[in-house]
Amino acid sequence: MSANNPEIAKGASVVIVGGGVTGLSAAFWLAQAGVDVIVIEKGIVGWEASGRNGGGCSHHHSPLFAEEQRLWPLMDELLGYPTEFRPDRIRIALNEKQLTLYSRAVANARGQGFQVDELDPQQVRELVPLAGDNVYAGHYYRFGGHANPHRTVQAYAWAVQNRGGRVLQHTVVTGFRQEGSKVVAVETDHGTFGCDHLVLAAGPQTARLSAMLGVDIPTRVARAEMIVTEPLPLMPIGGIDGNGLYGRQTLRGNLAYGGGPHEWLDAEELPGGQRPSSPLMQSIAKRVAELLPKSAHAKVIRSWAGLIENTPDGRPIIDRAPTLDNCTVATLSGVGFGLSPASGRAIQQLVMDGECSFADISGFRLSRFRDLEPDWDALQGWLPLTLAS
Amino acid sequence: MMHDPRSVSGKTLDISGHCSLLVIGAGPAGLAAAIEAASQGVSVTLVDENPVPFETMSESVPLFYGQRMSGTVRNRNAMMEQMLESRPDLVTAFELGIDVRLGTACWGLFLNSENMRWMDRPVAGLADEENGSSLVTFDRAIVATGRRDMGLAFPGWDQPGVMGAAAAIALAGQYKALDGRRAVILGSTADAMIAALDLAASGVEIACLIEQADVPVGPADLLARLSAQGVEVKCNNCVQSVVPGRDGVEGVVIDGGHLDCDLVVIGVGAVPMIDLLAAAGCRVSYDNARGGFVPDLDEQLCSSFPQLQVVGDCAGIWAGKSMDPAIAETEGRFAARYAAQMLGSTVEPAENTFAAPSPPPEHAFDIGAYRKAWVQRSVLDAETEPHVCQCEEVSAREILEVRPPRYLEWQASDNKARTLPDLLGEAPPDPDQIKRLTRAGMGPCQGRRCREQIQALLALKSELPLSAIPLAGYRAPVRPMPLKTAAPAIEDAAIAAQWDSWFGMPRQWTPFWDVEDFYTVSSLDTEKPHVSE
Ligand SMILES: Cc1cc2nc3c(=O)[nH]c(=O)nc-3n(C[C@H](O)[C@H](O)[C@H](O)COP(=O)(O)OP(=O)(O)OC[C@H]3O[C@@H](n4cnc5c(N)ncnc54)[C@H](O)[C@@H]3O)c2cc1C
Repeated sequence: MSANNPEIAKGASVVIVGGGVTGLSAAFWLAQAGVDVIVIEKGIVGWEASGRNGGGCSHHHSPLFAEEQRLWPLMDELLGYPTEFRPDRIRIALNEKQLTLYSRAVANARGQGFQVDELDPQQVRELVPLAGDNVYAGHYYRFGGHANPHRTVQAYAWAVQNRGGRVLQHTVVTGFRQEGSKVVAVETDHGTFGCDHLVLAAGPQTARLSAMLGVDIPTRVARAEMIVTEPLPLMPIGGIDGNGLYGRQTLRGNLAYGGGPHEWLDAEELPGGQRPSSPLMQSIAKRVAELLPKSAHAKVIRSWAGLIENTPDGRPIIDRAPTLDNCTVATLSGVGFGLSPASGRAIQQLVMDGECSFADISGFRLSRFRDLEPDWDALQGWLPLTLAS
Repeated sequence: MMHDPRSVSGKTLDISGHCSLLVIGAGPAGLAAAIEAASQGVSVTLVDENPVPFETMSESVPLFYGQRMSGTVRNRNAMMEQMLESRPDLVTAFELGIDVRLGTACWGLFLNSENMRWMDRPVAGLADEENGSSLVTFDRAIVATGRRDMGLAFPGWDQPGVMGAAAAIALAGQYKALDGRRAVILGSTADAMIAALDLAASGVEIACLIEQADVPVGPADLLARLSAQGVEVKCNNCVQSVVPGRDGVEGVVIDGGHLDCDLVVIGVGAVPMIDLLAAAGCRVSYDNARGGFVPDLDEQLCSSFPQLQVVGDCAGIWAGKSMDPAIAETEGRFAARYAAQMLGSTVEPAENTFAAPSPPPEHAFDIGAYRKAWVQRSVLDAETEPHVCQCEEVSAREILEVRPPRYLEWQASDNKARTLPDLLGEAPPDPDQIKRLTRAGMGPCQGRRCREQIQALLALKSELPLSAIPLAGYRAPVRPMPLKTAAPAIEDAAIAAQWDSWFGMPRQWTPFWDVEDFYTVSSLDTEKPHVSE
């Protein structure tokens, strides 16, 4: 590496841009494998989507599903800090249409060898004390679950540090230095960091940063919102959702749920603007009160919004940048919290071995967009509204 | 252009009405603004959350009432009448045809900005006991939400009877419903002294004021008025603990003695109530001369959203302003004149609306050092470890050691113990990061009682001025609201029809074995079963 150059002496073997769950998990697995790694984060770790999500961990549509399921129960021990992971989940349908939809998920999971039990309304009410008379049916997933995003992010970060890795917060990546098809250093507002390998895991900023390296990553940014209530008595299983909502009861007892319309936005030029939420919180509240009628009196005490980038098909890109020798790009396309233990490990293997040993992630390659229509965003209706002054 | 059916595009909100000028808060500043604007022909809606329902007060919202509301607060009609009596200008407002809505809280302001663009116009969320929540649109708003008190922990401060100065003044004056006979006042700021004088005037006996500093910090004339009534300021002192009884506070132990009292009134810091503004995304900055974090305002008192003006205590608090409501009223009228002009009023404004609001004095008292000193003395030097965050039961030590909450029963082994400096890097500690990890400030009172204490604790621990610690974020709804109340009365059918737990992208959730090798938009013509998780 470029350690002889005093100007860029503070680098590491692998420099990761982005201290969200994707970058931090990759850093954890790299540090665990003995690699010298730095994560560079513009704000505080997990300040963006990684600290604003629903904490759900059951992604049976993904090739990383099996690894996601294998790793979550081990994460507290692996990281050495609590993630508040709790296994299992109950998904409640309030009508036949919802049941038909949710049954597709059940078929996916069962097809991969995971157990799902069907519940009648009475069984749902027994397992979910806050549920009401309006239950149509339920599914008890004997897999998946949820974790606390804030605690998980910090657990990754501390685990990286405990293994000799560095996490630099409040440091903005502004550019890169290249020598031919090699990225040799990362430029920031706090100096330049040499690298043997670069990982871009900057969420909504990934495309803008990769464009600086001549790599085109098609994504569009959107806002999604959640609400949380005051704490309620703990239900036996926290992973309760359905009725078009995702979310959970936290271990403290709060109900945290999201769902509903998103809004397409321009990627920020200078990340760090406000993340206001909109009156859509009303519609989320309505559906939580329907899903768990015995919680209808519970008070909403916060709402928030997060920004997430989405690829044209909504699936992750985890790939080596094709035109560069030493750069890995990773966007989880809006669904990256639950998969993070597995996505980070896949990134670690891509960086170190050039391929992933435990899952077929060929579906995550960038070249799948080879034939993509140039106006794909307009064709899908993903263009932001113009901001009237 | 195709439109994404699951996005906000084409969706509408359940809007119950439109306000040309919405004034939030009917204290001196808001009332003056509303009356002035109405006089200039503007159609004005004036909302105020008072009288606050008993149950809301019991949750220390919006002020720290310390459970010392008498039962009369439950009588809504009596409270309405009481309010009209205590604010005669409300009658003028009614007479001018202002749409005055008492008992109506504003829980959110929503304005388009870079990361939220879909609303036709600015929106305000309102809620009242009878009708639940509703949304209104507005052209302009004047925010005059006033103040609340900095909380201060000491052993026993969770007992009924421990309350904030602004809450005590409101209960004793405006509500005539303060349940207490003898008060100990903490602090010797102008606001503490005003609370002492107000409470005395309403028949509460003042045991004394307690000040940790060597000398009283408030204005000499207020001090003289207190002395004339025989009220002493005990300096170099603090409350060591509360003597609890059946109904809460029965006395306090201070350095060198014991005092009988049933009220302990915290007057160490009056804090601008900026929750609505901060949650909407207004730029705010710390200003020592204005009492803490206040919105950045231009010369017309416009915030970073040009449609939002800010007046009265929520724009800044200093001793002179606390003592003279005319300052807030001047701000209100000045802002109203500009609002009226922007709304196309052709009525000639009154002469007194041109008087520019007075700025705070140049040599302001250093609230940063003062608040830190109180937190050092009362919280950190306390013999036991009081909960700084009462809702989530988090002590100062747990905050500074960044301990996971107790419900996790997590025992960090030595080599894994993590403290504040580990989190920091080179930047000052961020209360939001601390909040996420310790839960301090995350409870139902929405951080009203602990926010400024945590700011002071972090400043003390990192040896920084109070001004270096960023604001802990505010989020809507800034008044806790039951799920069933929050639900829209009438939801747009398009929202209901297109509701999905996630973005509704067909290929996002197609099982991985079933997706095409190469994606194009046109490949979506082939439908595949999928379902959002
Ligand atoms: C409301 C909501 C609910 C969600 N629910 C779920 C769920 O239940 N389950 C699930 O699995 N997923 C969920 N997600 C998605 C999930 O949160 C994200 O996919 C995931 O957090 C992405 O992590 P990341 O690390 O890739 O990106 P991010 O979290 O966006 O992290 C990227 C980081 O890069 C940093 N960065 C950007 N530019 C720069 C720069 N120039 N220099 C330095 N640093 C930079 C940013 O500050 C940021 O911290 C949800 C998302 C939202 C918003």
